[in-house]
Amino acid sequence: MSDPLRGVIVSHAAVAQALLTAVAAITGVNDALVPVSNDGCDSGALTERLTRAIDARPAVLFVDLPGGSCLTSSVRLARGRTDVAVVTGVNLAMLLDFVFHRDLAPADAARRAAEAGSRAIRTPAA
Amino acid sequence: MSIALYRVDDRLIHGQVVVGWGKPLNARFIVLVDDSVRSSDQEQELYRMGVPPDIEVVFASTAEARQRLSEWERDPRTGILVFGDIDTLAALAANGHGVSRVNVGGLHHRPGRSERLRYVYLSDGEAAKLKALAAQGVEVTAQDVPTTRPVPLEDFT
Repeated sequence: MSDPLRGVIVSHAAVAQALLTAVAAITGVNDALVPVSNDGCDSGALTERLTRAIDARPAVLFVDLPGGSCLTSSVRLARGRTDVAVVTGVNLAMLLDFVFHRDLAPADAARRAAEAGSRAIRTPAA
Repeated sequence: MSIALYRVDDRLIHGQVVVGWGKPLNARFIVLVDDSVRSSDQEQELYRMGVPPDIEVVFASTAEARQRLSEWERDPRTGILVFGDIDTLAALAANGHGVSRVNVGGLHHRPGRSERLRYVYLSDGEAAKLKALAAQGVEVTAQDVPTTRPVPLEDFT
């Protein structure tokens, strides 16, 4: 059996660390996700952080915004690879789903996470 | 309105440019000057993804930017021009070519650079180039987002 997928949360400031902490508090799973902040990074430095976080394992990169430095470095790293996939608009709901479905191929896990994250965005009547 | 912001930022188009500066300036177009991005459709698509569809993104090589600078300055819309390094700035500003003010918005750590501000790292050579531009009449300040104080060149070189 291949390694379970690693999730790398790529964000501005401390969003990634906060999401990781929340996932661990809710699920008790604390070995599935790695936080990466773009603080103080140009694109080269951020790519180095991402490479270390992925650690040569199959991975899904959960990026905060669908544009900007977190996205550009993530997509460059994943370009042409089947062992790394990218999802944007990371939220807690998609990460909660992801940590229990880490046996999928990266692209399939990314699609599943995107669907789970989208389902969580609602405007409930108050 | 022309170019409201000439910005040196090694992240090129990103949140601080599009939202931090773009919103208060009401920018309607962004010019990204970078020879490498200009020659890659994939890279252009990546940078375009971070910009709302109602803001035009123009990709230009340094040579193209030198030719089109006056055209962008005459544009009735407000624009932002961003480039990733001081050499590109120097090329654009050479011979009084139309750049009168520059915002140093983000140059990060690399070998040979030292920290001048939290978001500005410069080599001695880069600092000297900025001083040379200032001596030619270019107003150079550092400021990451509009809500912070612009830092005069002499305070970070």
